[in-house]
Amino acid sequence: MNCLVPHITVKDLTMAYGDFVLQRDMNFVVNRGDIFIIMGGSGCGKTTLLRNLVGLKEPARGQVFYGEVSFWESDQEEQGRIMRQFGILYQSGALWTSMTLSENIALPLREYTDLNEAAIREIASLKLSLVGLKGFEDFYPSEISGGMRKRAGLARAMALDPEILFFDEPSAGLDPISSRLLDDLILEIRESLGATIVVVSHELPSIFAIGNNSIYLDAEAKTIIGSGNPKKMLEESQNPIVRAFLTRGEQKV
Amino acid sequence: MENARFENAGRGELDLSQPTHDALLISFYGIWEMGNDLPSAEEALNKIETASAIRRVSFEAQNLSGWDTGLLTFLIKVIDTCTQKTILIDMTGLPQGVQRLLALASAVPERAGARKETTQEPFLSRIGTATIEFGRSLPELLAFIGEAFMAFLKLFTGKARFQRHDLWLIIQQTGVQALPIVSLICLLVGLILAFVGAVQLRMFGAQIYVADLVGIGMVRVLGAVMTGVIMAGRTGAAFAAELGTMQVNEEIDALRTLGIPPMEFLVLPRMLALMLMMPLLCLYADLMGLLGGLIVGVGMLNLNLMEYINETRSIVDLTNLCIGIFHGGVFGVLVALSGCLRGMQCGRSASAVGQATTSAVVTSIVCIVVATAVITLICDVLKI
Repeated sequence: MNCLVPHITVKDLTMAYGDFVLQRDMNFVVNRGDIFIIMGGSGCGKTTLLRNLVGLKEPARGQVFYGEVSFWESDQEEQGRIMRQFGILYQSGALWTSMTLSENIALPLREYTDLNEAAIREIASLKLSLVGLKGFEDFYPSEISGGMRKRAGLARAMALDPEILFFDEPSAGLDPISSRLLDDLILEIRESLGATIVVVSHELPSIFAIGNNSIYLDAEAKTIIGSGNPKKMLEESQNPIVRAFLTRGEQKV
Repeated sequence: MENARFENAGRGELDLSQPTHDALLISFYGIWEMGNDLPSAEEALNKIETASAIRRVSFEAQNLSGWDTGLLTFLIKVIDTCTQKTILIDMTGLPQGVQRLLALASAVPERAGARKETTQEPFLSRIGTATIEFGRSLPELLAFIGEAFMAFLKLFTGKARFQRHDLWLIIQQTGVQALPIVSLICLLVGLILAFVGAVQLRMFGAQIYVADLVGIGMVRVLGAVMTGVIMAGRTGAAFAAELGTMQVNEEIDALRTLGIPPMEFLVLPRMLALMLMMPLLCLYADLMGLLGGLIVGVGMLNLNLMEYINETRSIVDLTNLCIGIFHGGVFGVLVALSGCLRGMQCGRSASAVGQATTSAVVTSIVCIVVATAVITLICDVLKI
């Protein structure tokens, strides 16, 4: 962690839906082992940026590099190989509702490893116990609470020991304590697995607690208007919009 | 020894040794990653189980060059066995990250009673459960029909709450947009009917009766049945899938909590639209069927066009037409009812939506066939 190795590099990225430009000319670097926060007000394109990064939506212009490889210029096979290094936690968990939690975690393992069923079952149990859901292997997503679903989604995201974990609003819809526990869990995963973590969030406590690097997207300016460690940004940023966001609007624009 | 280990550094390996008679030291070598063909835990577990003298297990990971979940699952098995036999575990020899993850995995104890027990149910018991469930589904069905009926009463008193433009939209979807498929299928059925009839009737030189066969067959029953089956697959399935997805997304709950009865808001316009459109579609289907018969009669059997039309007119009277359209109306109610019923009963998962759709189509088609049989029997008894 002492030497910064770029893991994800975004160059001149422009996102648009048809003619409507959401954000233009974004440049930023996520280093290996970072907990990188993408923040901004509602509707500024945070989730779209995430979809661009994980390969669900092709950007209108610009490139996303994973290490040295440009994702959107690679062929499908290469893209698939890169995408397998990702673990993604969707906003509401996005668990497959017709499978039990254990089967949800087992699916990627079955597809991409040649482990036997017993080993897969053990790994699924381990991942569930990591997120505090030991014993819930045979539950269906509809039988557990929203917070548990989110944690199960995290367990699934971690199934293949990903190098990069993406979180889309991890604390949305969680109570403050669960949200705090999830933050701790994210920190713990980074420490012990050495994963790079990208988080889309607008929960201030969690942003300050976990983030060591960030960008701020603005819907008006249509580009990045602030970047760096969120705590430092709070102290040093001169931009009134960023200040207003980080202080919950107490320092008016 | 060390050199040999290093040459093999690619694969995960382990070594068991007993520094003292009551301690077991497990040493890890190489890369312990999933899918790397790791050594099984059997050997270590056997050693712990059999050597009763062992009171302490420790680990050594100096030559471990990489690890992931593969190592963790191994360790968890060892730790579980040790805890069962109250053997002391010393984890200090493991990498920091591994220790932290193991601590995290055991941080939240298993919730008592959470684990589900999977038991093999005996065959007879399964039949019993299915029968009881079927018995329970009957009152549910009756309640649904009752509620639908109440919603219709409200409609006539002008108190039903649904959006007029919803109704128009559904009428468009179930009516106009179904025309192409109804045309195709009924034209072909008319053709087939005429063909099959022609082969037999030709033997007696009675080709002209193909017009009677197709006329009565299509108008009285087949036009309605074909339309019913098409609408069951097309619209009934769509209703079930739409309402089922709304159930999954809690949209129906949202209506309920707003005080808007889903029965009036969702089910009523759908039933109304299909009940209005089915007789019309049925009439259209009859025409298409007759046209199919005409094509075969005139084109293949060399019957005169006017001759064929006159024969059809003489045999297809108003009674036949009314019976056909009555069929259509009944099928409309049945298809709408089963589609909406299955949609509203849908569970809260993606596969439940699939089951609801399947079940809606199957129910509709079964109902259509049974209803046809019943109506035909009644007509026979009443001599119409």
